[in-house]
Order: sequence, then C-alpha cells, then structure tokens
Amino acid sequence: MPIRDRMSGNEAVALAMKQINPDVLAAFPITPSTEIPQIFSQYVSDQQVDSELILVESEHSAMSACIGSQSAGARTMTATSSAGLALMWEMLYVAASNRLPITMAVVNRALSGPININADHSDSMGARDSGWIQIYSENNQEAYDNYIQAVRIAEHPEVQLPVMVCQDGFITSHSIENIELLEDESVKSFVSDYSPAFSLLNSEEYAAVGPYDSPAYYMEHKRQQAEAMKKSLSAIREVSRAFESLSGRKYDLFESYRMEDAELAIVIVNSAAGTAKEAVDRLRKQGKKAGLVKIRVFRPFPHEQIAAALSKVKVLGILDRSESFSSIGGPLFAEIRAALYPAAERPPAVNYIYGLGGRDVTIDHIESVFADLEKIQSTNETGQEYRYLGLRE
Amino acid sequence: MENMMEVRWHGRGGQGAKTAALLLADAAFNTGKYVQGFPEYGPERMGAPITAYTRISSEPIRIHSNIYEPDYVVVVDETLIDVVEVTKGLKPGGAVLVNTQRSGEAVRKQLKHQDFEIYTIDAQKISLETLGKNFPNTPMLGAVVKVSGIIGDEDFIQSMEESFQHKFASKEDVKEGNMQALKRSLQEVVKYEE
Repeated sequence: MPIRDRMSGNEAVALAMKQINPDVLAAFPITPSTEIPQIFSQYVSDQQVDSELILVESEHSAMSACIGSQSAGARTMTATSSAGLALMWEMLYVAASNRLPITMAVVNRALSGPININADHSDSMGARDSGWIQIYSENNQEAYDNYIQAVRIAEHPEVQLPVMVCQDGFITSHSIENIELLEDESVKSFVSDYSPAFSLLNSEEYAAVGPYDSPAYYMEHKRQQAEAMKKSLSAIREVSRAFESLSGRKYDLFESYRMEDAELAIVIVNSAAGTAKEAVDRLRKQGKKAGLVKIRVFRPFPHEQIAAALSKVKVLGILDRSESFSSIGGPLFAEIRAALYPAAERPPAVNYIYGLGGRDVTIDHIESVFADLEKIQSTNETGQEYRYLGLRE
Repeated sequence: MENMMEVRWHGRGGQGAKTAALLLADAAFNTGKYVQGFPEYGPERMGAPITAYTRISSEPIRIHSNIYEPDYVVVVDETLIDVVEVTKGLKPGGAVLVNTQRSGEAVRKQLKHQDFEIYTIDAQKISLETLGKNFPNTPMLGAVVKVSGIIGDEDFIQSMEESFQHKFASKEDVKEGNMQALKRSLQEVVKYEE
C-alpha cells in the first residue's frame, strides 16, 4: 500500500536512506552539507537504522571515508551540496575509478563567488566528468524514487559505479510537498542485501583497491570505466522498469512531455521542469505545438535516445542552470548539440542560462523562451545562440 | 492551476512566518489536498524581512516558482508595510490580513487600497493572552484559514490538534496555548467594511 505523506526533499531523501538502511553513512555534519545527514543522525540515535554514522571533519574526508568503507564491502552513502561537493573533487574520481557503488544525495546549490547558497547546478555540473552516474530530480517524489533506484543501479553487476542523485537546493530540498512513499519492506526487498564481488574484508579472496597504475595499464582501466558507464544506460532502464512494477511510477532516461507532435521544444533539468510544464500546457491551450524534454540521466548522457526524441522538432531551446564559461553556452547545450550533430537534419538550437544563484524562474519566463523559438521558426533567423534568461537590464 | 489557492506570508525572522506557511500546508494536506509550503531564503537573521509561501490545490502542484499573484497576503508584522509592498500582485477579489492593534480604516489608509479585501486581527494580544509570549504566527494561521475558508473550522482545529500533539509532545501547556490562540483567531479576525 502506498503511503500518502508530505515532506521536504531533504526529508524524502533521508527517509529513502533510512528505508535502505545502509551499512555506513559518512558525512560532514555542518554547512555546506545538507539537512540530510542531520535527519539521518536522528534515525541512528533512535536506533531506527543499524548504520554506522561516521562524522568527519571535511567533505574531502567524507568521500574518503565512503571510499574506505565501500572498499571494505559495506553499502555506503553520503550527502552534500555546493562547496561541499567541490571539496570532494579529488576523491570523486577515486571512488569512480575504483568502481565503488557509493550513492550520494546532492542538493544542487551555487558555488561561490560571489557568495551564494541558493539553487543552481554549478556544483554537480562541475563534477560531470568525474565518472559518477548523475540522476536529476524534479521534486521530492523523484528525489526519493531516484535514490532508491540509485542503489540498485550502482551495484548492478554490469555497472559498479557511484551514483549521485541531484535535486534543487531550497526549491525542492526545503519545500514541503505531497509524496507517495513505499513501505519499508518493499524498499528493503527492492534494494536487497549487498554482496560485493570483491571486498577488502573478504578473507577468502584477497583484493587490492586503488594501487598505482602504470602507463602500461592505466588506459585500459579507463576504457573499462568508460564501457561500464555506457552499459549503465540499459541497467538504469532495467532498474526503472523494476521500480515501476513496484511503485507504479514510470521512469526513463529522460521524460518527454507533450512531445508527440511538438514543433517548439525546450530541454531542461530539475525543479524548473515543473514550472515549464505549466507553460507548455498554457501554450497548448493556445494551439501552439509546444513540448518539453526533462533530462533525468545526465551521466551517462543518452545521446542516441535524445537525438531520436528531438528529431522532429523545428526549433529547440536548451536551458542551463549553470555556466561553463565556454563562451558558447552551458553544459546541457553542449551535450544536446553534440547529440544532434550526426543527424541529417538538425533543428536550430538556442541556449538560455537561467536561475543562477537561486534567481527565480516563472511560467512567464518559460513562455518568453517559447515566444523566441516561435520567432526563430517564423523568421528562419536563429540570431544569438547563447542567451541569458531573466537577467536584469 | 485554476483550483489553486496561493498565500504569501510577510514576517520578520523569528516570528514564525515560515512555520505558519508550512503549518497551513500541513492542515490542508490533512484534508486531502495537494500542498506546497516553502520560504524564500535570504540572510537568516532575527528581525530581517522574510517571505514564505503556501500553495493549496485539489490537483498535483508542479510549479516551482515563488508566488507573485497571491490570493491572500498575510502580514505577520505590520511595520513591514512601510518596508515592502506587501500587497504587490494581490489578485483582484483577494484579501490582505494584517496583524495590528489599529483599526481597519487606519490600515486601509496605509495600504494602496485597490480591489482587495482587508482583514485585521490583534495577533499579538491573542498570543500574549494564550501563550504568554508574542508568537503572532499561530493566530495569523487561524485567521487565514477563517478568511479563505480553505478548511472548515472543525477540520482545521482537529488537524492542528494532531500536528501540535506531535510538535509539542512533551509540552502540554504550549499545545493548549496554541490551540486557544487558534480558536480565538477564528473568532477575532475582522473584515474592514467601508
């Protein structure tokens, strides 16, 4: 029986962690970490989980502790945000290259400076090449569902990679919304017990984790890592299907919203997708063929599937909630354009940087994007491709 | 979207406007609604102006932006009227609720009165008499429920009884004081008539 409840995105993820009941949660207990480890620490104190809680002195140490613990054979997780994720940088690569299926909740917030604590995707987008699978969530429900799925994706025999599950800081992390929860037993059986193929504490079969890799082998190991990332696409879909039969909630690599006959489409990530769906509905009521693609899995990037989904679109708007300072647009724009490059016919595409440092994005903002796309369609002139949305003049 | 009620709360850090915004969402959730309750985060300091929001709908809520055209505005601290334009974007036919000891007439003169209703309530007095301290958010919560009619009085009282039972599990007198404050606010909120 699904459980009707209401809670914040932070509470939802902490609850998912409680239901998963990991062996270890290692986290830095104060800002810039999130409320998630704080809520989880209450579960530990109340003996509602039997996890080992390791409170460390920095986020670098948090990820280091996760690496040690997961290598030992313990199902391990953590949570962080913003500068905290930035401080983990070095260790993110170590976790991924050692093929450790750690899961991490990331609450997307801006990086300083200027000093800002509000929602944007600079933190996780900056970590996009670290070898972690990245899954994004529109609301508390998706953050909860994605986290439960993340454990199975990470530990999938074909994958064996760490996964970060992202949601927008404050906008969903601190907002109370309705949610449908699974029963503890359902989550427990969905994730099942963790039995690693290799672990440091397995006295039957010795293993080494993280040794020096000479030029004679390093590249082959990187290639294997890249292959695992590629294979994870089908593993993610497999886990999504299993989750759907458990929960009734359907997930894929991305969500196509009113895309069947869409001529004008936008691509977007996380909480603003909900606002954008309202804009799409308004435009549809006016008879305009508007649609939306919401990216769920950004790493690995589902190039082929995205290209197919966008193949019939006439004009495309791609919205980035982070800057990459490439001078030609944000990270999502780069990926989408790369995905479309092999296509015989490519729609003109424009990029909008929006919502940096928590700048609010409204239905009107999104409608103005569609108005721009409509203009491009009618005039056949793309104009400036790299734009800012909601910028004060 | 048509079936959505949107409330914007104006208070100062420490007065509990955020808590009230979340409690309103909670109460509506208990009557089967879809809800959203969230604060606008800025520098969190005692006394700084803060804004919080509540959305209540009979359908799932997807929008994730702030509220610019509220149906109701709740002013927990009337000194903010001179600092921020509290009724900005307030929908025609909507209402503003002000915590004040002054008359509705005096409040009307201070607000740029347009096409919305004005309600007043002395939340400070209610709070001092029921809780012994100035926590104006609880009476303001009762007032907005009364004025909007989003939840029936009895359902609301029952729902809050459960919430406070949980929130103040070990403080029976605090729970009782808050319940008294809510009940009085349902009675004492006054509509300004010209």
